[in-house]
Amino acid sequence: MDSSNFLSITTFIYGLAAFLYIFAVVFKKPVAGRLGTWTALAGVAGNISGIALRWSESYKIGIGHAPLSNLYESLVFFALVIVVIYLVIERSYRNRTIGAFTTPLAFLAMAYASLSPNISDRIQPLVPALKSNWLIAHVITCFIGYAAFAIAFGLSVMYLLKGDDRKDETPFLKLFPDLKILDELSHQMIMFGFLFLSAGIITGAVWANSAWGRYWGWDPKETWSLITWFIYATLLHARFMRGWHGKRLAYLSIIGFAAMLFTYFGVNLLPGLHSYGQ
Amino acid sequence: MKKNEVSGNPLNGIWKFFASVKLTVSLLLTLASTSIIGTVIPQNENPAAYFQEYGESLYKLFDFLNIFDMYHSWWFQFLIVFLTINIIVCSIDRLSSTWKILFAKDISFDISKLRKSYKEEFSGNQTPEELKTLFLPVVSKSFKYTKVEETENGFKIFAEKSRWTRLGVYAVHFSVVLLLAGGLIGSFFGFDGSVNIPEGETVKSVILRNTGREQPLDFEIRCDDFSVSFYESGAPKEYLSKLTILENGQPVYKKDIIVNDPIRYKGINIFQASYGNLKPKEISLSFTNRETGMVYRQKAAVGEEINIPEAFGKFVIKEYSGSYDFGGHNLGETFVGILTPLKGDPVEVILPVHFPSFDKMRKDGLIISVEEDEEHRYYTGLQVTRDPGVPVVYAGFIVMILGCFISFFMSHKRLCIEIVKKGKKSRVMVAGIASKNQLGMEVRTQRIVKILSEKAGILKG
Ligand code: HEM
Repeated sequence: MDSSNFLSITTFIYGLAAFLYIFAVVFKKPVAGRLGTWTALAGVAGNISGIALRWSESYKIGIGHAPLSNLYESLVFFALVIVVIYLVIERSYRNRTIGAFTTPLAFLAMAYASLSPNISDRIQPLVPALKSNWLIAHVITCFIGYAAFAIAFGLSVMYLLKGDDRKDETPFLKLFPDLKILDELSHQMIMFGFLFLSAGIITGAVWANSAWGRYWGWDPKETWSLITWFIYATLLHARFMRGWHGKRLAYLSIIGFAAMLFTYFGVNLLPGLHSYGQ
Repeated sequence: MKKNEVSGNPLNGIWKFFASVKLTVSLLLTLASTSIIGTVIPQNENPAAYFQEYGESLYKLFDFLNIFDMYHSWWFQFLIVFLTINIIVCSIDRLSSTWKILFAKDISFDISKLRKSYKEEFSGNQTPEELKTLFLPVVSKSFKYTKVEETENGFKIFAEKSRWTRLGVYAVHFSVVLLLAGGLIGSFFGFDGSVNIPEGETVKSVILRNTGREQPLDFEIRCDDFSVSFYESGAPKEYLSKLTILENGQPVYKKDIIVNDPIRYKGINIFQASYGNLKPKEISLSFTNRETGMVYRQKAAVGEEINIPEAFGKFVIKEYSGSYDFGGHNLGETFVGILTPLKGDPVEVILPVHFPSFDKMRKDGLIISVEEDEEHRYYTGLQVTRDPGVPVVYAGFIVMILGCFISFFMSHKRLCIEIVKKGKKSRVMVAGIASKNQLGMEVRTQRIVKILSEKAGILKG
């Protein structure tokens, strides 16, 4: 078995975990939720093995490098971080409904990586510009940040579903954590994400400065990461303003997540030259 | 800081305007949305291309708004300056109240505020005096400062830690100012240029990227050698330039640079950026008579017309390209020549260096080819920059990360334990307050209450 097999199986396991978590919420079957936790843990094991195996394979074919150098590898890492952060939250808040809104994102990331015809899962040698430890730090910090924002997105969607109006709360929504907890938790995730996004932009700038002698060039990818950063900075400050609680922050968090997705995938659709690690 | 003294003054209004978080939110959102423009409209391209793309009136409007170089436009810079003033004014405005908390001599604090926040109560059988002695070691284990105050019928224990974390937010805001200052220093005192140096040659100036002007250097750069290696797939593996720095003609520094590992010399950075093939000085041509198989070899320079033996006519090399495109295929290094037969019209002949039999396709009595030159010459493309703002920017990076960490995950925590005599028993009230994450502080307070009540052997309630 090679790493690609491992990661394909992981995709499937994440899909199963997402299904179980959703099933548990929709049909109010806690057993399915517990099963979901074990499935997600199995997925994490498969995901880590896949990454480790890929790393050693790259050395076997003589172009050894950390498996964090292209879109496929970053998506695989992204999925891993989402599930790990989610499992930590599940442990400390003892609520599995959040899983129904976060594990599907990990599944989608893996499925996109495995199935999209535009994404190659071949282990490619590094072109000169990518041979930098700053690149590894850059990818790791960015994707931890992205994963935290993804979870904040899931929490914000839950917040909006639950809504400020308590009167017609269905039993399905009763399972969700309290609004106060959803709000606090998504704020925690956004602070965590903001710290790592800042670190990601910074390591990217240091890398650019060591490769091209310019730490900031306003290229579309850089600019979009800054736009994402501005949006989350807005959100952090909006909390200090009266009237900016709850729903409005949840909407901002969703907009921030959309900007993050665009930074990640959408930038390649824009005119001009750029792209991951060019 | 002395905003109270200027009340009634128009300055006060301006100050209030700049100290508001509302302005911050509007500025950040405006920056985020306007920044999109420059990612949709490619920046700094040829005006003619824009003109063709957008038509005259739109072009004029965009040009007026500096949309084609929007990140350096007056209005974008204006937004950034506004944000900077906002940060500075806001920080000064709030600093005075933070200052009072930071440097308060006494750690006693407003107990009424504490009571309103989270609190736990329980009663015990010991006297207040006994409880105080039991509690103090527990509290000072997790709080750096503790203070005991005697009250009419009992004691108050104050505890506190991590006051300084209130500075975290100021660090974050200061880091933004550092980044902007570093950027300004760079744009005033730095430059960004590039230069191509053929192997074996020396330069002492570079061409600036923005203006195209020449920037002289205080030293000379010599390229001793350039090499490029490839993976089996054909993707580039490494670009390497062996460079020597010379001052007054004397070599003073030598280094091999690759991408991601530049030379830094006297505040100037030299980066490996690109490379290319140099036009060979002399070209070895061979002419083959297809019928007889006779081969004639001759040397020529670009533009120099030569006579071909056997009355085949005249031949001249017109141009050279490092990567010649032929029907979508890259033929690599290629010469293009004109063959003028004694009778008939001149024809264009394509001579790729790596495909010597290419000209057979022409199906002529004469086959021309270029022989590979043993002495292949490259030039190295270097990016040469000076940016004295970089240390300031990097300091900003560090301060930002530390500041974010402190303001997100650390907080100023305070605890107050009130012990009141109630007949023969005592009543204990514990209240905890934190500058951030009050929820987390409540959990902590509960934990401390649990330890305290166990220590005193009393049941909570
Ligand atoms: C790009 C610019 C800015 C960035 C990156 C930034 C970043 C931050 C961060 C990370 C926090 C901590 C938030 C938290 O603890 O949850 C914060 C808090 C704050 N910021 Fe900013 N900020 C910026 C601009 C400004 C400006 C211009 C103002 C001016 C009014 C401002 C006012 C505040 C205030 C009042 C707080 C709350 C402080 C407290 O907790 O007591 N910020 N900022």
